[in-house]
Amino acid sequence: MLYRENGQFRTSYAADQQIFPIAQDRWAILAIVVFAFVGVPLLVDEYLFRAILIPFLILSLAAIGVNILVGYCGQITLGAGAFMAVGAYAAYNFHIRLDGLPLLVSFLLGGCTAAAVGIFFGIPSLRVRGLYLAVATLAAQFFTDWVFLRVPWFTNNASSGSVSVANLQILSWQIETPTDKYLLCLTILVVFALLAKNMTRCAIGRQWMAIRDMDVAAEVIGIRPLFAKLSAFAVSSFFVGTAGALWGFVHLASWEPAAFSVDRSFQLLFMVIIGGLGSIMGSFFGAAFIVILPIMLNQFLPAIGRVFGISISTAGVSHAELIIFGVLIIFFLIKEPHGIARMWSTGKEKLRLWPFPH
Amino acid sequence: MGFFIETLIGGLMAGMLYSLVALGFVLIFKASGVFNFAQGAMVLFAALAMARFSAWIPEWLGIDSRLLANGIAFILSAALMCVVAWLIERLVLRHLVNQDGATLLMATLGIAYVLEGIGSSIFGSDIYRIDVGMPKEPVMILEGSIEGGLMINKEDFVAALVAALLVGTLWLFFQKTSTGRALRAVADDHQAAQSIGIPLNRIWVIVWCVAGLVALVAGIIWGSKLGVQFSLATVALRGLPVVILGGLTSIPGAIIGGLIIGVGEKLSEVYLGPLIGGGIEIWFAYQLALVFLLFRPQGLFGEKIIDRV
Repeated sequence: MLYRENGQFRTSYAADQQIFPIAQDRWAILAIVVFAFVGVPLLVDEYLFRAILIPFLILSLAAIGVNILVGYCGQITLGAGAFMAVGAYAAYNFHIRLDGLPLLVSFLLGGCTAAAVGIFFGIPSLRVRGLYLAVATLAAQFFTDWVFLRVPWFTNNASSGSVSVANLQILSWQIETPTDKYLLCLTILVVFALLAKNMTRCAIGRQWMAIRDMDVAAEVIGIRPLFAKLSAFAVSSFFVGTAGALWGFVHLASWEPAAFSVDRSFQLLFMVIIGGLGSIMGSFFGAAFIVILPIMLNQFLPAIGRVFGISISTAGVSHAELIIFGVLIIFFLIKEPHGIARMWSTGKEKLRLWPFPH
Repeated sequence: MGFFIETLIGGLMAGMLYSLVALGFVLIFKASGVFNFAQGAMVLFAALAMARFSAWIPEWLGIDSRLLANGIAFILSAALMCVVAWLIERLVLRHLVNQDGATLLMATLGIAYVLEGIGSSIFGSDIYRIDVGMPKEPVMILEGSIEGGLMINKEDFVAALVAALLVGTLWLFFQKTSTGRALRAVADDHQAAQSIGIPLNRIWVIVWCVAGLVALVAGIIWGSKLGVQFSLATVALRGLPVVILGGLTSIPGAIIGGLIIGVGEKLSEVYLGPLIGGGIEIWFAYQLALVFLLFRPQGLFGEKIIDRV
């Protein structure tokens, strides 16, 4: 009743090609973005910013990056954590070694460094594919783990092996409170998400998808696999690296290589697969699911235990968390292998006929 | 010279242990096309079960003999692994037939979380010891022919022997029994196997059981070397380069890949490590596998990739 496009005529190509062709979608997204910028900072308390919203925003950005590579170009990667680490450490080195370099520029340079490293570790994708490639990308993961742990230059010879940053400042804007951090992440995320959406709709995105669907056939019709695959690695690593820089600078403020371990890579891949492969929207759903679920379990399990008169120990809670997390993931994969994004579009289809389906 | 040979032998023996973990991957991938990331969790789970059962059984049954207690514990753990295999097939895999590789991979990661959670809530999450009476003291051999002789860790030697024995048994099982033949048929072509009346679901249960037993043996050997603890689950990550080096579908590949990785790791750690800072074992294994992959994308013994457009 409310959600239908009757009477919305598109009279120009531009109107036909826009990201959200249906007016209701457009207004809803706009409302959400405005609410995120204006409403959320007024309503939400500090804990929620720190524990949920900021991690959610940053990991969404990383998930978009992984989705470009895995969902759009079809190259499975288990090395996303490595590229986050490269982004974070590169941004850190630019930040402290070049005096007066604007913060945003060091983030972007961190992303660019990650892109270069991504291209290097993407080279095997020209020869191997599928699960072999997935394991090959683990090489990047373990290599960066080792480099940032063992080579003191990258951590500016910090004796403890952990690095930290303070006094974040963009022009005259001091980024101190969680609200500031939230707004910074949100701005970057909105810009990058728009960029990603548009990249996947233009020539390069179509090349990626052709490679994903069948690389030999794509090559036959004149797509260069070398360019398409390596550009996907570069763009994906750029996104992931920028997210890594944000994760280090804004979320953690002080970190060591363990923050970007192989578990982080798995977590990002979970987000993409549960959210929906080949969908920018899905990356947000996946990130929300993976960020919020453990916190919810952590909060509610003891409460549920009390209802049934069982007191669960801390260790018991963490074990139960693992089990429930695993079960939910399997459940989701069985019920909707194409991810939450597919559920979303099925829901929208149903909504168009609601409340009188046929 | 003596030192080099010692390192080489140490590498070969470590390689046999990697092969044990890699075997589990290969068995399951061959039969069901699932890349089983839960193999590490299965090793941990099996080792935990073995360690706890062998501690509990003397209390429950009042058995004094260590051998008997270990034997019963082994049988109980094996039975437990079979139950786990059956549950995995019943509750997870059956519903995910025909999904693509990445989805199945993620499902096995989910299984890994569940197994780790259940394992540590049933058996506890402390560090346990498995004592199956493996000899600990090193011996010297070939003192006559090489100056200074060669020092060999007896425990490693026994472990390598057990691994070799297991591989031999598996080979016999796959080549000479009718179940093994059915397993190979399923591995070659699911549909063709099904059409001549091989029950796919049962085959999958069997193959996960076999992988569970391999995990149990690997868990006992690794566990008695390192102690049974949470980090045992990460041996899967040590086994992965072995699998892609040898080829995902080849059992001999898992063995030879394991030996190559084992030797490569030890030699690099001893000769290259001091030059660029220690601890390079784990990523060196992956780089080594990558170099091989650049020349043979399907691994050393994997099936040749043929593209049809």
